[in-house]
Amino acid sequence: MTNSWNDIKNADVVLIMGGNAAEAHPCGFKWVVEAKANNGAKLIVVDPRFTRSAAVSDLYAPIRPGTDIAFLSGLMRYLLGNGKIHQEYVKSFTNASYIVKEGFKFEDGLFTGYDESKKNYVDRSTWDYEFDEQGMAKVDETLQNPRCAINLLKAHVERYTPEMVERICGTPKDKFLKVCELIATTANGERSMTSLYALGWTQHTTGAQNIRSMAMIQLLLGNMGIPGGGVNALRGHSNVQGITDFALLSTSTPGYLVLPTEKETTYADYMKSRGFKPIRPGQTSFWQNYGKFFVSQQKSLFGAAATKENDWAYDYLPKFDTAYDVLKMVDMMAGGQMNGLFCQGLNVMMAAPNKAKVQAGLSKLKWLVIIDPLETETAHFWENHGEFNNVDPKAIQTEVFQLPTTAYAEDEGSFTNSSRVIQWHWKAVDGPGESRSDIQIIADLHSRLRALYSKEGGAFPDPIVNTTWNYAKPAHPDPVELLKEINGYALADLPDPADPSKVMLKAGQLLPGFAVMRDDGTTSGACWIYTGVYTEAGNMAMRRDASDPTGLGIHPNWGFSWPANRRILYNRASADPAGKAWSERKKYITWNGSRWVGGDVPDYAPTVAPDKSVGPFIMNQEGTARLFSRTAMPDGPFPEHYEPMDAFIVNPLHPKVTTNPVVRVFAADTKSFGTPDKFPIVATSYRLAEHFHYWTKNVHDNAVVQPEMFVEMGERLAKAKGIKNGDWVEVSSQRGMIKAKASVSKRIRPIMVDGKPCDVVGLPIHYGFIGLTRKSYPLNTLTPPVGDASTNTPEYKAFLVDVKKTTPPASQPAVA
Amino acid sequence: MAVTRRQFMKVSAAGLAASSVGALGFMGAGEGLAAGVRPYRLEKATETRNTCPYCAVACGVLVYSSSEGTKDGKAKVIHIEGDSDNPINRGTLCARGAASLGFANSPNRLQYPMHRKPGSDKFERVSWDFAMERIAKLAKEDRDKNFITKNRDGVTVNRWLTTGFFAGSSCSNEAGYLTYKAIRSTGILALEDQARI
Amino acid sequence: MSVMQALDLRRRSASSVPAPAAGKPAAVPVAKLIDVSKCIGCKACQTACLEWNQLDQPIGYTDGTYNNPTDLTTASWTVMRYTEYEHGDDLEWLIRKDGCMHCDDPGCLKACPAPGAIVQYTNGIVDFISDNCIGCGYCVKGCPFNIPRISQVTSKAYKCTLCSDRVVVGQAPACAKACPTQAIYFGTKEDMIAHAGKRITDLKSRGYQNAGLYNPPGVNGTHVMYVLQHADKPSLYAGLPDNPQISPLVGIWKGVMKPLSLAAIAFAGAFGLMHYVTKGPNRVTEHDEEKAAEVAGSEKA
Repeated sequence: MTNSWNDIKNADVVLIMGGNAAEAHPCGFKWVVEAKANNGAKLIVVDPRFTRSAAVSDLYAPIRPGTDIAFLSGLMRYLLGNGKIHQEYVKSFTNASYIVKEGFKFEDGLFTGYDESKKNYVDRSTWDYEFDEQGMAKVDETLQNPRCAINLLKAHVERYTPEMVERICGTPKDKFLKVCELIATTANGERSMTSLYALGWTQHTTGAQNIRSMAMIQLLLGNMGIPGGGVNALRGHSNVQGITDFALLSTSTPGYLVLPTEKETTYADYMKSRGFKPIRPGQTSFWQNYGKFFVSQQKSLFGAAATKENDWAYDYLPKFDTAYDVLKMVDMMAGGQMNGLFCQGLNVMMAAPNKAKVQAGLSKLKWLVIIDPLETETAHFWENHGEFNNVDPKAIQTEVFQLPTTAYAEDEGSFTNSSRVIQWHWKAVDGPGESRSDIQIIADLHSRLRALYSKEGGAFPDPIVNTTWNYAKPAHPDPVELLKEINGYALADLPDPADPSKVMLKAGQLLPGFAVMRDDGTTSGACWIYTGVYTEAGNMAMRRDASDPTGLGIHPNWGFSWPANRRILYNRASADPAGKAWSERKKYITWNGSRWVGGDVPDYAPTVAPDKSVGPFIMNQEGTARLFSRTAMPDGPFPEHYEPMDAFIVNPLHPKVTTNPVVRVFAADTKSFGTPDKFPIVATSYRLAEHFHYWTKNVHDNAVVQPEMFVEMGERLAKAKGIKNGDWVEVSSQRGMIKAKASVSKRIRPIMVDGKPCDVVGLPIHYGFIGLTRKSYPLNTLTPPVGDASTNTPEYKAFLVDVKKTTPPASQPAVA
Repeated sequence: MAVTRRQFMKVSAAGLAASSVGALGFMGAGEGLAAGVRPYRLEKATETRNTCPYCAVACGVLVYSSSEGTKDGKAKVIHIEGDSDNPINRGTLCARGAASLGFANSPNRLQYPMHRKPGSDKFERVSWDFAMERIAKLAKEDRDKNFITKNRDGVTVNRWLTTGFFAGSSCSNEAGYLTYKAIRSTGILALEDQARI
Repeated sequence: MSVMQALDLRRRSASSVPAPAAGKPAAVPVAKLIDVSKCIGCKACQTACLEWNQLDQPIGYTDGTYNNPTDLTTASWTVMRYTEYEHGDDLEWLIRKDGCMHCDDPGCLKACPAPGAIVQYTNGIVDFISDNCIGCGYCVKGCPFNIPRISQVTSKAYKCTLCSDRVVVGQAPACAKACPTQAIYFGTKEDMIAHAGKRITDLKSRGYQNAGLYNPPGVNGTHVMYVLQHADKPSLYAGLPDNPQISPLVGIWKGVMKPLSLAAIAFAGAFGLMHYVTKGPNRVTEHDEEKAAEVAGSEKA
């Protein structure tokens, strides 16, 4: 989230699209209801289903799953065409005026530089600005040049007329226009709109571009960095934000640094592409500090073994050739290329698409280690559960370990929530039986490996035996020790930059913030954005002062919000170029003549005057935000509508390029996609308010309030198929078949797409063959093994199926 | 983190509409109640501040525990409700959080290390030492056999691709960081969390 | 003592209540306000109720709707009822939390023949005192909202207590405390009516011309009230009674029977009369009634 949960109350318009906050995040949704009740806010919900968010909305519009970019591009066309943009914000704070290279083009569904044989944009050199001799991007402040980013954007979205939106999305034109009109009321500094989304936008082959579309809209409206504004990803697990911050991901390192590729053979090579010099005069380009963060991290990981001479232990890090994300891992397992797998609290048997492929992959492993507080389908993948998991245990040679862990109430530590707030929790009781904390289990594993490698040697023992492990109890590090290590220390006396004769920080002291980090090995800090969480003043994550002096929901002394305890990112943009608030209503951070002041920590150098023209988007080399994204996105600098891989129609915009042209499809999966002649119904998956992922099916009271798998369908489809509420239905896709009870509802509206009726069915993700709920076929039996072109997030939200009435599963009664 | 009686009353009051508190008036648990009203069941419980384990709203929760009546004399969680002091959820919880007592005490909680031999149709209880020693051995065996020091072009890559690690996204930051440290140091690249799924 | 005030009895089934001691200030009536327009049907209230009250509701099956469990039971004292209301091109999903309304003039209590099995505190909460319940099912018939449920196992009646055990120590009921969107408010009845007024103004500004408070006069108002978007049509909300009243025959019956001893209710005639005069959904089976009669008989003996 760029803003915070509490900040939602400051919104005048709330757009829920690509998510369903009322069901997935009810207590966060509280702030939507608060905005409605006390700020006169209007709630818009755009969703394939009339959800429980829609139940309290002011305006609902249906949409076909997987067509959000068409809708949002149509919205951009409306805003640009009707002058409903925040002109001064757009001109000053975005790259609207930047001149894009002459060669850049978009034709027949493809941007320049596409290589058909590689299914990739191999040459992205035209996806950039014109530069002058000094290496500065050229701009036209008058916006007259047709190559200005905003003019190219206008031309790009011109095709998305309300009629085209209706044709692709199935959203009735009048509903679409009502949504546009309401959103357009925030195109000024007086009112703001917040965008709340979740996996409904990410889980598509165009996932990252869905979100980019909204970021562009919020920039056009001037809603970034503003109270009640922002683009807010509502994240799933209690600490998925923290675990992502700590880069439990294939190609990242903590704090959004990037693991070296195998092309970057030395530290100097690696840093070459990370110079991040400003490309407009006088800009901050904060990533210029990259080296300080990287070296401090290596010092945390490898201590004395990371030296200037050995490139800060650069070779201790694996170098990647490609990303090994969940889809790739399952593909490797199924192809027999993996021998071992650890599943720490991740139920991959349910969570990865195409269950049959996951099942085959797990069966080919030599060993599997489950680290979890609960029974999972993954732990029992080898067990026969009748038609729900029909396998022969004797034929499965995988050795499986199940290690019981403690859960939240049974250990202490910090979680980082969706809005980046780090909160400490305290232990209440011991875990059940012989359960152990994740920390203890991982420490035990490392200690044993380290001992083995110290004793016997083996393949490249260096990083294992040299990992810093100076904990009071090596087999059981204390979370407090770990949070201090994450924060970082001065490793030598650090001189005061203002007066080098003075010592600013003594060796061994905790760093007060990432600004003091150095790239000479005299500071440590595992994750630079967390620095400041544990200082000489104590554990900031433990702070429990709920006061809110401004009344804007900032709560600056509650926990610690990374980075630097900042609650709204890009908040310099809440003031106009001269440093004055855009409006009294949205006053947040302003220039008082000598410094930036307000209730939050300014996202800007605190004493840099507005007349220095330093842009508010300090992480970018431009200092401005990007309507045209340069080369950051693999599928183009502008978002474009492509059909899901299970395509319901031929893309009316460019029939030769129906689906995203740069999606990765594994050789084993080329026949995994369905076509509408066999599978004429669009399916989407979702979460229920009563359940959390695959956990709460193990919780009695949650099983009571939503006991069994179902498939939600509209009345038109039910009538056509002779299906009544509560009937057993077979739902099949190119990947497999499940059975579920029918839930026939008016809440799935009958829509027309490209001139034909489009029926949508909805399938909750929660049910499986383990748990207190009724046994069920896992939903991922149906889902396609393909992901977003940018992030490889699986396409769970739009695929094709067929449905028909059927008989109950053998173990289930015909009627409840 | 135990709380005082005064704090407890403050928290309690926050659950009521603010203007009503004064008018209602109330007294502490354990004092005389009218016949028929169930005794307030948290009177002797220990209150611990925690964070809901489910979604990333990160609601503050109060975990009430007690050893009264447990077989082994160890404290058990007996009730969980929202922490009214927490500015994010202000004491509220959703259908999952409000039922999270049932997660802490679920019959499907794992209790002991278990082991399933190749081809077997059951899990068997083993000791921690057996499990961890065997896992470390299997991991080292695979790493030593399949570790890639240099790629085809002779570039040092130091990676291990034949073992993967799915990381829990409900582990604490501290556990997550330690996991990163321990796993990255082995050269594993097949590392994934719950961010995509 | 304020708590004792709050829990002084105002009414007690089949018996009289002594007048409060002189000089004691009157208790303040409380109320739960359920704002349907803020309700997202997440069922936090349901699980909070199950957890707090330690209710062991068996896990059922889905019937293809979101109503789970499908009805109130002895162990589910509140359930959400979902109604899809289509008008023209527009759809509304009306979600009502069903449960005891804590009538100011409680039909269950008036119908109850067992002394002290149903009490009403001076703050308005209507509570079932299981120890005194004979499981006869008269409360079911006396209730204009079809709320109490009789257990086949314990032969006792069960329903929402408005968390009298929490209210007595100054805590809001478990459902109100949990409710993520504050669709459930709890406080003095006066405050709740005032708060409802603000909500109704907001709803009218959003086009709900008939928004209003449901506090039905037929039972002298309730201590659980609703804010409805369509207060002109309460029955839209899964059959919420438009104008609930205690059957006048409950009063007549009580008038006749009052002088008689508890044993009198064991007469089949009395049961027959009640069965005949009460209307509306009746979830008590004949079997239950026979069983209740046996219980009443044996307890007398």
